[in-house]
Amino acid sequence: MANILIVAEQSGGELKKGTLAAVQLANQLGGGFDVLVVGSGVGGVATALQGYGAGKIYVADDAVFGNYLAQPFKAATVAAAEASGAKFIVSTAGTFGKDFLPRVAGAIGAGMVADCVGLAEGGLFKRPMYAGNIIATVKANTERVVISVRASEFDNASPVGGESPIEALSVDVGDVAARFVSFDATESERPELTEADVVVSGGRGLKDGPTFWNVMNPLADVFSAAVGATRAVVDSWDEVPNDMQVGQTGKVVAPKLYVAVAISGAIQHLAGMKNSKTIVAINKDAEAPIFQVADYGLVADAFQAVPEFIEKVKAAR
Amino acid sequence: MKILVAFKRVIDPDARIKLTADRSGVDTDSVEYKANPFCENALEEALQIAEEHDGEVVLVSAGGPDIDKTIRAGLALGAERAIRVEIEDTVLDSDLAARVFAAVYKEEEPDIFFFGKQAIDSDNNQCGQLVAEYLGLPQACFASEVVIDDDGEVATVTREVDGGLETIALTLPAVITADLRLNTPRFAKLPDIMKAGRKTIDVMDLDDLDIEDTALKIELVSLEEPSARQAGVKVGSIDELVDKLKNEARAL
Ligand SMILES: Cc1cc2nc3c(=O)[nH]c(=O)nc-3n(C[C@H](O)[C@H](O)[C@H](O)COP(=O)(O)OP(=O)(O)OC[C@H]3O[C@@H](n4cnc5c(N)ncnc54)[C@H](O)[C@@H]3O)c2cc1C
Ligand SMILES: Nc1ncnc2c1ncn2[C@@H]1O[C@H](COP(=O)(O)O)[C@@H](O)[C@H]1O
Repeated sequence: MANILIVAEQSGGELKKGTLAAVQLANQLGGGFDVLVVGSGVGGVATALQGYGAGKIYVADDAVFGNYLAQPFKAATVAAAEASGAKFIVSTAGTFGKDFLPRVAGAIGAGMVADCVGLAEGGLFKRPMYAGNIIATVKANTERVVISVRASEFDNASPVGGESPIEALSVDVGDVAARFVSFDATESERPELTEADVVVSGGRGLKDGPTFWNVMNPLADVFSAAVGATRAVVDSWDEVPNDMQVGQTGKVVAPKLYVAVAISGAIQHLAGMKNSKTIVAINKDAEAPIFQVADYGLVADAFQAVPEFIEKVKAAR
Repeated sequence: MKILVAFKRVIDPDARIKLTADRSGVDTDSVEYKANPFCENALEEALQIAEEHDGEVVLVSAGGPDIDKTIRAGLALGAERAIRVEIEDTVLDSDLAARVFAAVYKEEEPDIFFFGKQAIDSDNNQCGQLVAEYLGLPQACFASEVVIDDDGEVATVTREVDGGLETIALTLPAVITADLRLNTPRFAKLPDIMKAGRKTIDVMDLDDLDIEDTALKIELVSLEEPSARQAGVKVGSIDELVDKLKNEARAL
């Protein structure tokens, strides 16, 4: 019996780091945790998690889980929750957890705390609302509670040693009226936005898609950074894929360094980056709201400032 | 083809959100209300599908009479009629809303039930998924493209997910939640705004829907404004910026 069940997030047999933020939350909740790994050919993910202190690692490894669909993943999670007896069912708050966790909550009559950013006294949870302009403390009135974890607000748990036992879990997926067709992956050599130490993001001030990359690519190179963008950019320029959007309705990041180039700083954008450790903003408008959250603001034309910034960063190292 | 759209009224997304003096809730004095942006995308998609497949679009919203204005704005865009489920705004969580919508689904039996992917007030992102689960329906969340086959039986949906675009096919009936890039919502024309005043808003209450259990699963205990970030400095030159990053922030 563990108090918590963590559903690991993986992609192509690789563990997603956000899962370790979920482990961190589980450690804060206390009472011990089990892990569920779902997928096809995911033995390596289970092994990678063995040193983190889980009581047990359930593995639902089957071709039906090869491509993600909400209902089979829900079925596996419900089965693992029964097996482990967990009170809390926890996963990441990216599009993975957001998609199937509510179904888990519905299936077991649990309340769901979405985007949990911390715990509060008395078994309460903290979560943002209104694009992060309000932090709510909420109480779950149900026996079991489903939680999606905003990974940027938790450190990644460190290994504690030992070797958690692995147990195969068989799952009755039932009939599913949904079928996987295709996946068009965003190809990038760069680190993932939500996992990078440095994120450089560009806004509409960068004129058009090709110009965006001409400015942002060399900047990302010098910091080995992930590249983000505003909604204005991903909406209008085909060269910039949607999953680069940072903000309330895109990805939430909190890197060590965030460089905002030609971004005005709308509240919806700030919601996705304002908890970064150090924020740099380059904007030609001295009144741009982005300067209210920037540690270091430079009022300048990005097309001149960014190349010079790159050269001087190189020289300073 | 019948399409239901869950259409929520929210505080204007561009409004500055602050708490009331006693911090018990969000200050709604002098704020404007609008339709949730994602619900506008959901409605637009429903209208386009209805135009192509000879369908009817019905709006559903849960709240008090003061949300009728927003519902009428949705009717002016082309929905045929609306259902408002009478409930006090403050006693609603996404789960109770979902149980309400699941009950409405059973009355209306639509082919597609559209939702916004998230309400920009609660930022919960769960209502559509819960409805799908309560009804045992397939779901496609965060849709950026929806194609309905000629027979009106299968929806092929492209979803915006971390790492790329995923396409799945759903056998209808199904739940679809709209992302912002699904479409560009139309504007209402003046004659349609006039006409919308005469369209029907059926009001139902929880008794009509046989919902007895109104206990909230997630309850708000208290609200706070996050501590503001300490104001930074404007630097005068790139040399100064690099120097501060290196020696003060130690970020290089
Ligand atoms: C429901 C909803 C959800 C949303 N979700 C998100 C979200 O998740 N993420 C997000 O980013 N947005 C989101 N938005 C959109 C948001 O409100 C803003 O419209 C958007 O962030 C603006 O993007 P931007 O800063 O690139 O463009 P703009 O606001 O147009 O700003 C461009 C900036 O570039 C500067 N500039 C121009 N030329 C130069 C130059 N040569 N050098 C330097 N600076 C220059 C200008 O001074 C200006 O400040 C959402 C909106 C809604 C309604
Ligand atoms: N009170 C409500 N009235 C109408 N639609 C709602 C209501 N609550 C939630 N919804 C729908 O559910 C979606 C997701 O809401 P949420 O899960 O609360 O973020 C919204 O975009 C709406 O489509």
